[in-house]
Amino acid sequence: MIAYKEKTDLELRVNGQSRTVTVPPGELLLDTLRNRLGLTGAKPGCRNGDCGACTVLVDNSPVKSCLMLTVEVAGHDILTVEGLQSAPEQKAFIEQFAFQCGYCTSGFLMVCHALRTQHPNPPDHVIDAWLDSNICRCTSYAEIGKAVRSLLSGEIPKSDAQNKN
Amino acid sequence: MEITLAGAAVRRKDARSKVTGTAVYTDDGRTPQMLTAKIVTSTCAHGLIRHTDISRAAALKGVCAVLTGADATMLCGPLLADRPPLAQGKVRYFGEPVALVIAESDAAAAQAALLVEVEYEPIRPVFTPSEALRPGAPLLHETLGAYKKVVDEIYPEPGTNVCDRIRLIKGDAQKALLSCHTVIDAYYTHPPTDHAALETRAAQARIDGDGVIHITTSTQAPHEVQKEIASLFGVDMGKVQVTAPFVGGAFGGKAGVDLEILAVLASRAVGGRPVRLANTREEDIATSPVGIGAEVYVRLGADNTGKFKALEMRVLLDTGAYTDMGPRMARAILADCTGPYNIEHVFCECVTVYTNHTYATSLRGFGHITSTFCIERTVDKLAASLRRDPAALRNINLIRPGDTAPTNFTVTESTLGNPEACLEGLKKLIRWEEGPIRQEGKFVYAKGLAMIWKTSSSPPDAGSSAVLLFNDDGSVTLQVACVEIGPAMRTTAAQICAAALGMDVQNVHVTMAVSTDAAPRHWKTVASMTTFLLGRAILSAVEDAKKQLRRLAALSMRCASEDLDVSGGRVSRRSDPAQYVEIKSICRGYKFQHGNTVGGRVIGRGSVTMQNLTTLDRHTGHGRAGPYWTVGAQAVEVQYDTTDHSYRLLRAATVLDAGKIINPEAAHAVVRGGMAMGLSQAGREGLEFDPSGRILDSSLRSYKVMHFSQTPEYLTQFVETPNVEGPFGARGIGEHGAIGMPAALANALSLAARVSLDELPVTPEKIWLIRSEKPL
Repeated sequence: MIAYKEKTDLELRVNGQSRTVTVPPGELLLDTLRNRLGLTGAKPGCRNGDCGACTVLVDNSPVKSCLMLTVEVAGHDILTVEGLQSAPEQKAFIEQFAFQCGYCTSGFLMVCHALRTQHPNPPDHVIDAWLDSNICRCTSYAEIGKAVRSLLSGEIPKSDAQNKN
Repeated sequence: MEITLAGAAVRRKDARSKVTGTAVYTDDGRTPQMLTAKIVTSTCAHGLIRHTDISRAAALKGVCAVLTGADATMLCGPLLADRPPLAQGKVRYFGEPVALVIAESDAAAAQAALLVEVEYEPIRPVFTPSEALRPGAPLLHETLGAYKKVVDEIYPEPGTNVCDRIRLIKGDAQKALLSCHTVIDAYYTHPPTDHAALETRAAQARIDGDGVIHITTSTQAPHEVQKEIASLFGVDMGKVQVTAPFVGGAFGGKAGVDLEILAVLASRAVGGRPVRLANTREEDIATSPVGIGAEVYVRLGADNTGKFKALEMRVLLDTGAYTDMGPRMARAILADCTGPYNIEHVFCECVTVYTNHTYATSLRGFGHITSTFCIERTVDKLAASLRRDPAALRNINLIRPGDTAPTNFTVTESTLGNPEACLEGLKKLIRWEEGPIRQEGKFVYAKGLAMIWKTSSSPPDAGSSAVLLFNDDGSVTLQVACVEIGPAMRTTAAQICAAALGMDVQNVHVTMAVSTDAAPRHWKTVASMTTFLLGRAILSAVEDAKKQLRRLAALSMRCASEDLDVSGGRVSRRSDPAQYVEIKSICRGYKFQHGNTVGGRVIGRGSVTMQNLTTLDRHTGHGRAGPYWTVGAQAVEVQYDTTDHSYRLLRAATVLDAGKIINPEAAHAVVRGGMAMGLSQAGREGLEFDPSGRILDSSLRSYKVMHFSQTPEYLTQFVETPNVEGPFGARGIGEHGAIGMPAALANALSLAARVSLDELPVTPEKIWLIRSEKPL
């Protein structure tokens, strides 16, 4: 186990580039991205893991960057919305009106991006489980659902898991 | 070149920024030299501040200043100046700011905030309007009579917890109720709720060497911030410069002036250095204003044919600890109290009451979610009592052109729109003819309806303005101050401008950030009024520019300017469009062959205010609250599980009379978004407080808004009855999707569960509780 006690120099791999930062051990990945690396696409919405606006990908899995320490990600691949290179999700979100204010959009894009790469043809309950991690307050979510489904390959599975109050 | 007319789909101009993470919101603009401010909040809902000790906080390394109420002896509020930015001697709600720490780092600010010691002497708190109105109830504001009225039309009652009371009288409701065949008596409650915009409120301030106050803030109303800060800090408005970048959702919660005051106080305390202040989610819920709660008594009487004869309504609004926008919402509820029905005899009283809850401000619907819930639940009860089809009963009672509005003027097709077409459209959309209820095994499937209407209830002098600049290449830069809070309003503004100029919308440019220095005043981006107000200002600016262009072109073409048309980037002869001059060659003035030039740069200007609106009379409610209504019909279909009272939202539908749709896909998306927010409010949202007044659900883990898998299928349609005064006939639609959802959901579930759900939110637990109290 590595114990970090003082400010530490870390080499991070962010969006395919190597970046060196000096961070206190308690610093959140979200704050390092925003305040030290100028990557403000990840947004704070709750700093409690509830809203998902700060979602980034670590080794291609969505992580709420407010729930991860920067020292934990040294040696891992971090992808933020700024690192998406004309990803199909971006186009689909525009076409389907899947955002309004845009504040949650980076987070949703990252979740959708990882979902597509990990599950190219997910059934509805998988889409539901993945997208329930984030909150959007402007859209009806139907638009985000349409954007995600527009990128699926093959047949669209029939819905069997819906909302239960 | 393709000319995009109003009514065509246009890609929003901020689309790329928003999917690439380059859209900049207030706190994204943080710079390394910015100090961080942190609010110390009250842990007591009602109490005297006995003692405050800031010495340990001030001594902490990295702390620059610590402020308390003694450092800010001002009172603020949009209607009644009753709120101190930092508590002065007394706290009135849990979460109220009592001190402000300014430090060099977030960590130092957070640590110092914990070191500020405040000793309270608790006072008995009151948490509901009816409790606060009881004789002998503890007073929140002992000096209510001494507060400065910011507007004339607010009527506080000193010695009580009433900050405003207004009545509407049409006919004689009391007498008419006596002769009604059926009278429904009902009581409804709606707790305070939260806006829960994903971006928490944030503000930054600095004061430069010349005394100019620079503010960047997450606001719907940059010009209101400018005005209020200038007034509170005693400087000319020109010395306050406010920038509103992208706003991460607002829903009415960012229409007031809140954190900006604290940010300026903080900067002033550190010699004008830049200071940032951003709410935590917990502060955004508990400290900054919430959505208003209410208790409502309704009596609705009908004759034996089901015709509504009389309505009596008493609305007690829970405005929380401070007045803020409570009384304005009271007027909005009052003006539309009947719903879109024609009722001859109406009595409505709205009392805005102080309680020890977080103070309330506008929230999407501006009180109409609550009032619609009350009216529409009552209409369903009446239908059940008369054994009438709820849709048919609504239909025979709809208000129609020629009828008299509750506030006593005649409505027209243009001002009202067509509620009947909305209801008929809705019935088809949700297959109403199949009936509202059916059972399959343990599931009951039920549909509930609600009719809605809403007008602006803005100040009668609310206005907007626009400036249109022609660039040397003939493209246009439009300067307008509506804030991009989500619904693509700035794209719509460009679209209106482009359509009126006959230009490609790609050649009409708007910045996304608004600066009060650059853009002329727009009232606020609220009340679903931006398309109407700003659209009119833009059309007037376009007319002004066209006049100038025609005059310059007439010189060049040696003809009368009346014979010229402006379109397609050209000014051309109406009789022979092949004769034209390009705008880009005349927009800097017309240059003769030898270089001598006449005229100057073309600048279009337009400004408008609301026309013919009046404040509502205090005793009768008579007056004109808005320029037109947007009416609509909504429905929700649920699948109710009779074994555990849980339910699924299957479908939600809205048919809205939008006047004229300017950007169709965007309009459907905005309405669907409103419906989702309304459903979330309907089934899930309501702030909960412990017996001492502490908010229990101040995080998004406990304040559960709707998530992806819980959203239903959406059906939306528009009716287009032109509002002759609106740009291209348009009506506002920003709030309306939300308004009837709680009513429709409660109606569907009341039918499905065979109970009367009169309390929001409608949760399975509540259904279970009512069912266990009243076994079938």
